[in-house]
Amino acid sequence: MSTAAAVFTDIRRSDAGRSLLRPTVLLSAAVLLVTVAWALLPQLFTSYDPIANVGASLQPPSAEHLFGTDSTGRDVFSRVIHGARETLTGALAAVAVGFVVGTSMGVIAGSAGRAVDEVIMRIVDVLLAVPSLLLSLSVIILLGYGTMNAAIAVGVTSIAAFARLVRSQVVQVSGSDYVEAAYGSGASFWAVLWRHVLPNSLTPVLALAALQFGSAILQISTLGFLGYGAPPPIPEWGLMIAESRDFVATAWWLTTLPGLVLVLTVLATNRLSHAMHTGGRS
Amino acid sequence: MSYLLRRLGQALLVLLVAFTATFFLLHFLPGDAVVARYGGPELGLSPAELDEIRDSRGYDQPVLVQFWLVLTGFLTGDFGYSTQTGASVSAMLAAALPQTAALTLTGFGLAVVLAFAIAFVASFGPFPWLRQLVRTLPPLFVSIPVFWLAIVLIQVASFQLGLVPVINPTPLQELILPSLALSVPIAAPLAQILVRSIDEVRAQPFIAVVRAKGASDSWLLWRNVLGNAMLPALTIAGLLFGELIAGAVVTETIFGRSGIGRMTEQAVANRDMPVLQAVVVLSAAAFVLINLIVDMLYPVLDPRLRSRTAGRSAPSREAVRT
Repeated sequence: MSTAAAVFTDIRRSDAGRSLLRPTVLLSAAVLLVTVAWALLPQLFTSYDPIANVGASLQPPSAEHLFGTDSTGRDVFSRVIHGARETLTGALAAVAVGFVVGTSMGVIAGSAGRAVDEVIMRIVDVLLAVPSLLLSLSVIILLGYGTMNAAIAVGVTSIAAFARLVRSQVVQVSGSDYVEAAYGSGASFWAVLWRHVLPNSLTPVLALAALQFGSAILQISTLGFLGYGAPPPIPEWGLMIAESRDFVATAWWLTTLPGLVLVLTVLATNRLSHAMHTGGRS
Repeated sequence: MSYLLRRLGQALLVLLVAFTATFFLLHFLPGDAVVARYGGPELGLSPAELDEIRDSRGYDQPVLVQFWLVLTGFLTGDFGYSTQTGASVSAMLAAALPQTAALTLTGFGLAVVLAFAIAFVASFGPFPWLRQLVRTLPPLFVSIPVFWLAIVLIQVASFQLGLVPVINPTPLQELILPSLALSVPIAAPLAQILVRSIDEVRAQPFIAVVRAKGASDSWLLWRNVLGNAMLPALTIAGLLFGELIAGAVVTETIFGRSGIGRMTEQAVANRDMPVLQAVVVLSAAAFVLINLIVDMLYPVLDPRLRSRTAGRSAPSREAVRT
């Protein structure tokens, strides 16, 4: 679990917000829609090539170059727009890894025998015991660098959260009367699992997936920043901020503007998944 | 007592599994560490000489013997040798630990102060709009990447305002910006817990009595709210530890501090497996230890849990950690 999960599930309990139509929710949806549009159709938003030299280097933001240009004369705004694809697909892949592996482990632990349950949950304990960045770094050192490897590394850190949640859901649903009734009317174990246990366990799991998405964006950009994600000419947000480090004294826009886009995207994702939590409840 | 033993056994099992997994994945599997370190053409070592190095490190032994050697090494504080520099990992860790301890402790201290400030203003602040505004800070704080915050802090505090010198800072000045960047993601969940605890406690009838007797806001906070906030705060202790480690890796890399975080980052860059294995296993051990202590603290802090601990652990933790 990430601290974002801690903070945002916490809000769920205390916050009075129940409506999906609150202004902050609408604003977050708008931010995320724009980011998704950037990822899908970057050409619509900028005519500049993200990896070509399009002007003098280190120009401050202007009407021509909204976010200025970097040290090799590339348009920073264009790079941010094209970078959305890297970040969003990476986060999506990461959540998918955690969701698929974690859910499978949770279902097996919750429905198979006691011995299997013990083994799986001890593995989950180990995954929880290693700090998530160190866990990602261990996966990276095994698989090597790259966008997809970074995504898998981030996904591995969320397996434990998914497995625990799914297991508790499965155990809870398995004990309910209608599952007993299904067994009583002659259904097999797998039929009950597929028809009753899984659909009933899925809602909170999807909510967790939404919540993991925001922290996956943060973690992927952190790995990108450390240089373990996408290789250099590719416009990845974390990598862009890393490349701008040498120019902090002279070119503020290189770090500040891509970083603000990153913060806004994570904030919007977190706010939206929190709204999904509360919206799904009431 | 049996509960304690069971928890201890579980903790040791988790550590053993963590060690075994890292041994086979990091230490043992990936290729030949000796060739990686000494096999380069610039050293010009013959295959026989490489074999000799291999023998001296125990790499020629069967898997189980190697496993046993490394395990007993770990248990006696010998974590092997870095494949990159050839230095003893224990010595590297010992040299790096003070830097990281200073950074993380300062960062944690700042986070606690920040969390209290946020909680106090959010609950007892002068204007409703201000209280509402401050309550949006924790969600904002968890959405800010530490690496970006650190660079922006350098930009603003060092280059624009000139508050912290970049060249030849004193040890204390060196600590300010990284620990500040580190504290932000730690402060967020702590502040959230404090705010919620204050809200919950203030809704209880006994507060009206305490107030009627003339208690001030700060009296309420320190005497009545804090005790109630301690338990939920402890449940996320392990989480915060992970966050501190991650923050140390990032800030030490950015600020060029030679601590354990930077050592870890370098180990990944150089595929230095023994170093990474030692860091991973040691932080897992720290995490397990922290949770063991937290489990034992519950009944001390909350009398309601005392009768129950004989049988089972505090149920609240499970819910929070999932």
